[in-house]
Amino acid sequence: MPQDLRAMARRVTPGMSLALPVDYAGVSMAMTRPLIEHGAGGLHLVCVPTGGLQVDMLIGAGLVATVETSALSLGEAGGAPRFNDAVRQGGIRILDATCPAIHAGLMAAQKGVPFLPIRGLIGSDVLANRPDWRVIDNPFAAGDPVALIPAIRPDVAIFHAPMADREGNVWIGRRRELAAMAYAATETLVTVERIVDRSLLADEMTAAGTLPALYVGAVAEAPRGAWPYGLWGEYASDTDELMRYAAAARTATGFAEYMAGFMGQEMPA
Amino acid sequence: MSAALPREILICTIARLLDGVRHVAVGASSPMPAAGAMLRRALDDGQRPVRLSVLGSVEHNFFTNGSAELFDSAGQGRLDAFFLGGGQIDGQANVNLVGVGDYPQVKVRWPGSFGSAYLYFTVPRVILFREEHSPRVLVDKVDFISAPGTSAPGVYRAGGPVALLTGKALFRFDKARPGFTLESVHPSHDLDEIRAATGFAFDHAETPAATPAPDAATLSLLRGRVLDELAETYPAFAAEWRSDLAALTREGSPA
Repeated sequence: MPQDLRAMARRVTPGMSLALPVDYAGVSMAMTRPLIEHGAGGLHLVCVPTGGLQVDMLIGAGLVATVETSALSLGEAGGAPRFNDAVRQGGIRILDATCPAIHAGLMAAQKGVPFLPIRGLIGSDVLANRPDWRVIDNPFAAGDPVALIPAIRPDVAIFHAPMADREGNVWIGRRRELAAMAYAATETLVTVERIVDRSLLADEMTAAGTLPALYVGAVAEAPRGAWPYGLWGEYASDTDELMRYAAAARTATGFAEYMAGFMGQEMPA
Repeated sequence: MSAALPREILICTIARLLDGVRHVAVGASSPMPAAGAMLRRALDDGQRPVRLSVLGSVEHNFFTNGSAELFDSAGQGRLDAFFLGGGQIDGQANVNLVGVGDYPQVKVRWPGSFGSAYLYFTVPRVILFREEHSPRVLVDKVDFISAPGTSAPGVYRAGGPVALLTGKALFRFDKARPGFTLESVHPSHDLDEIRAATGFAFDHAETPAATPAPDAATLSLLRGRVLDELAETYPAFAAEWRSDLAALTREGSPA
């Protein structure tokens, strides 16, 4: 494992909040192993806006105190087994959300404002179980209740992208939720398929889809770093591997056996 | 052409429910709603463009502003129709995507509410689709309201449920009552069976109508263009459908 992934993992300290992207946007699975080895626990995970394998592994490894998410699953491979077990045992605090509420919270942080209003939610048990959310009467038109979502300011955002340049600019294409995470977070750690020599900002075609280095704390090269998830424009998800995990992680023992292999192996070429 | 398969009747029913839409979104692992939307697009070819967003798909995603854009466009009224499933759906059209038992330490945990607590309010035509039609799914009262079927007066509610389609029947939702009315029963099912399989009370005619089977032209469009399109995104589902069609042809052909 490259040393820089370990160094990046050390920036995460116990009790921090981590923003992690939805499974198709660019999950830095390459950081999962260093995060588990590093062992900073009591984490508050913010799934943007849903979570999957990486979140389930961090829960199974005992590093997670709270999960804030709109959903958590392994997609086609079914439910997230360690999450489901932790919920049943009461082992983690779950903050159920809805996708646009997570986006609104990050957007509020991006703008440096305390909250953002969103439609929907009123009358749901999602809202009823979020004492940190509020409903106010629209101050511009009375008789119009509207939900307010407080800013979500993660300590660290972690994701995987196709490429970065030597200045630390990261190409995210149209996966703008990755930028939203970075704008909102105090620090952003990125793994990429490759580091290119040319400046991504020098060419307007790549500049439009580039997250500027201003928001990026560290970048490390990690080829096939989303595996077993896919990476848009690069490679497809390894559904068989997700299925293998889903079957193994049904029990704590099966999870431990799977992780022994996962922690030891090199990323496939 | 051989008679329609049960899943073909469902897909054609979905296409009927989508009559007139400009933009419809379906969830990532929803081959039947996607097929229904593709059939709608094929039927409307040359008359009106039908835009289909498959969430999580690279090829059926025309958004460029990340996963927030779908919700932003729905909030503005740019999304006409959406499908919602549900581990539990009750007689008030409340939907539960979270779990069974006392929240938060539920006995059975499902993935979560996704965008339902927002899209149910903002998308005018939400179609509840769940193939399993049983008392454990169609309950009297959900254990957790991910998204409520109706809202109190004064609450912004541009959207909501219009219909509930299952493997056995089609219901219409009346938000004034509120409640479901049995609209039609799919071939090879009957009212007694549906009563026994439904955990909530619903209105119905003394002799409910049968869900119509597609005509030959629609069926041919479905088994040609739509099935080919669907195979690009849902290869396993399309392959199973093709093999069922092959079996049907073998059974139907004279010895």
